[in-house]
Amino acid sequence: MAAAAIYSLFIINKSGGLIYYKEYGSAGRMDTNDSLRVASLWHSMHAISQQLSPTVGCSGIELLEADAFDLHCFQSLTGTKFFVVCEPGTLHMDALLKVIYELYTDYMEMPIRCELFDLNLSQAVQKDRVALLGR
Amino acid sequence: MPAAAPRSGDAIFASVEHVTCSALQNAELFTLTYGAIVRQLLTDLEEVDEVNKQLDQMGYNIGIRLIDEFLAKANVSRCVDFKETAETIAKVGFKMFLGVTASVTNWDADGTCCSIVLEDNPLVDFVELPDTCQGLYYCNVLSGVIRGALEMVSMKTEITWTRDVLRGDDAYELQVKLLKLVPEEYPYKDDE
Repeated sequence: MAAAAIYSLFIINKSGGLIYYKEYGSAGRMDTNDSLRVASLWHSMHAISQQLSPTVGCSGIELLEADAFDLHCFQSLTGTKFFVVCEPGTLHMDALLKVIYELYTDYMEMPIRCELFDLNLSQAVQKDRVALLGR
Repeated sequence: MPAAAPRSGDAIFASVEHVTCSALQNAELFTLTYGAIVRQLLTDLEEVDEVNKQLDQMGYNIGIRLIDEFLAKANVSRCVDFKETAETIAKVGFKMFLGVTASVTNWDADGTCCSIVLEDNPLVDFVELPDTCQGLYYCNVLSGVIRGALEMVSMKTEITWTRDVLRGDDAYELQVKLLKLVPEEYPYKDDE
């Protein structure tokens, strides 16, 4: 069963440290150093965008649209950031990020951790499940 | 599958929290497990003050993680002021994790200090304090949980018990005092 057009998922803590990284695209997994670098790059850009924003109370970049990809970012009130890199125009990514936040709180705290989180995450990103988020 | 490492008290308690937050089918299990933890702490630490401190610390460790679960599931937006925060804790937070609602009273003039009052408290079902434990704040984990949770959303608070049924009062009352707001600013402090 194909995943929705998602290339990768990152979860970073409020200091910019990488908590979780998953590659879904066919380009293959980034090595650890690169993924850490990408995570802290995004963390910095996100923080700077809040300072640069002309609107008061801006909470940072939510959507970045580029030629080859879209990047959707969700920041919880506790400062943890969830961002997904996907095909341009992919729908329901905001809703998906909220679902991932819930899964994260359910599974990342228990000793079993990553395995269950991975399992539920791969179900959540399935094309047909993502499509349901639009209803 | 690697063998599970021994779990600390708060890991057990946190997983019990997960069990109870879906629906309180396991309320009694939760109450009994908490009681067993307090009993064990009293045996291990002997001093009632030490147990109070440890319960608060356990609560803090739970609270800093519980806040994300609360935010993810409750779908609440950022509270506009501390009054809304207190109401949210009492009505939504307590309901979600303990299955009971609390009430908020005793606001001070600048809205930074209030009391959260619990009529029902599932933690204390079947509990009586013996004479040897009169200084114990049996539910001290709750004050730690609230303090830890609020710290993760930029509020430093001081939380103390002003009434405790196990100590002879007619209700459970927590005084919650907002000490200061500590918004995150770039550059953020590093992780240890």
